[in-house]
Amino acid sequence: MSESISRRSFLKGGIAAAGSAAALAVPSVAAAGNSGDGQLATLLDIRKCIGCGACVEACRETNGHKFPEPEKPFPKMYPSRVKVEDWSDKRHVRDRLTPYNFLYIQHAEVEVNGGKETINIPRRCMHCVNPPCVNLCPWGAARQYKNGISRIDYDLCLGGSKCRNVCPWSIPQRQTGVGLYLDIMPSFAGNGVMYKCDRCYERVARGKKPACIVACPANVQKIGPRNEIIREAHEIAEEIGGYIYGETENGGTNTIYVSPVPFEDLNSAIEKGAGRPHLAPADNAMDKAENLTAAMLIAPFAGIAAAAVKTYSFINKSGQAGKDKGEAS
Amino acid sequence: MKTRSNTTARSQRKLNYAYGLILFLLALTGFAQMPIFKRYYIADIPGLGWLAEFYTTHFLHYLGAAAILAIAAYFAAEFFLVTRKYRRLSASGGVRAAILLGIIVSGILLVIRNTFFVPFSPQVVIVLLLAHLGLTMAFLLVLLYCRLAGKPWTVPRHEEAQS
Repeated sequence: MSESISRRSFLKGGIAAAGSAAALAVPSVAAAGNSGDGQLATLLDIRKCIGCGACVEACRETNGHKFPEPEKPFPKMYPSRVKVEDWSDKRHVRDRLTPYNFLYIQHAEVEVNGGKETINIPRRCMHCVNPPCVNLCPWGAARQYKNGISRIDYDLCLGGSKCRNVCPWSIPQRQTGVGLYLDIMPSFAGNGVMYKCDRCYERVARGKKPACIVACPANVQKIGPRNEIIREAHEIAEEIGGYIYGETENGGTNTIYVSPVPFEDLNSAIEKGAGRPHLAPADNAMDKAENLTAAMLIAPFAGIAAAAVKTYSFINKSGQAGKDKGEAS
Repeated sequence: MKTRSNTTARSQRKLNYAYGLILFLLALTGFAQMPIFKRYYIADIPGLGWLAEFYTTHFLHYLGAAAILAIAAYFAAEFFLVTRKYRRLSASGGVRAAILLGIIVSGILLVIRNTFFVPFSPQVVIVLLLAHLGLTMAFLLVLLYCRLAGKPWTVPRHEEAQS
């Protein structure tokens, strides 16, 4: 597999990202809209995954420079309910997401065509088309690039873990004792930094593929413009009588899985919990708030109309009162 | 005529109460966007558990924003159509109006960023978020001062000539 994204894909979806992520401090990095236009998505044909873990190792090697190096002892946290989350002594853990492991492989024993089979599923951030972790981060530490990558700025994150709470899959993982909160009020606000897959944004900015895609010996993953990836996912699903996950979940994501068995079967078979995301349906988390946007557009006009009606009534009444007074005198 | 004045005063009072309540809701749900209410046990108080639910507080914040936009537009339109003939904005009223405008503008831009395809850079988003929070805190302080010092939003026009 070539390490570079095809010229067509690169031109369609990558140019903006290339310019933007190469100079992350400049304003060309942009938030993307609901449609996913211009966003790059990945397709994971999980029939092919042999669970070798090459993608996991490539991810750790490529992103190792981002891993936290916490200062110990950790600041005493107030109140005491605030728990330290320390993975620095468990860096070797590979069977779940951690601040040192942005990608891991889930295993599901399921029935395929009448026989028992193990399906392996690489799991990492889904890179939602309209990511709640980005939209709801109170500091702007989480951001989305025009190419669909959502990333946490480790220099800005205070580790409040709101992103994990609002993520339908609870993807980001916290490491205490590192980051900006140490310079503010470490005992009273913040608790470290949140970490997750950023789909190798620096590599993508240079027109390269994420490390996990390049390292895979079975060509499980591919990356390309979202509409092309969706089309291909449907073609495969139709061909094998398979199922798709990630196209509509949380309003649409940029990680599209194709499976020969229903995702509800896979979801039942995988180990779920902290750092081990589910494969269940996920409604659009931002939907309700987005519906109120129309109300916000109408509200000022309603206020102006009410004031105009009141003014008209006031003028009418004043005129009538003057007339009554004139008639009486 | 007396009855009409009483009715108008009652409506105005109701509107003022609604304005105060909505401001309170907005401030509460706005601060709830930071993960502090659970950490500091406030969400543990019976009846306040919803303060730790980010989607609930976010929805209520948007709802309050729609209401404050309607009320602010109403007050502004009423002022320009009628009130300004007899009264003018006081100095403290001008400060409050300017800060509120800043909060509304930064809030609208954040909603646009969350909903539509608008390419705001991360730096702009950070400025908007901090401006929204900082202006809110300034607004609450100015409101408290004006309340304690009895400063009205508007003063009669004839006071302008006297001052």
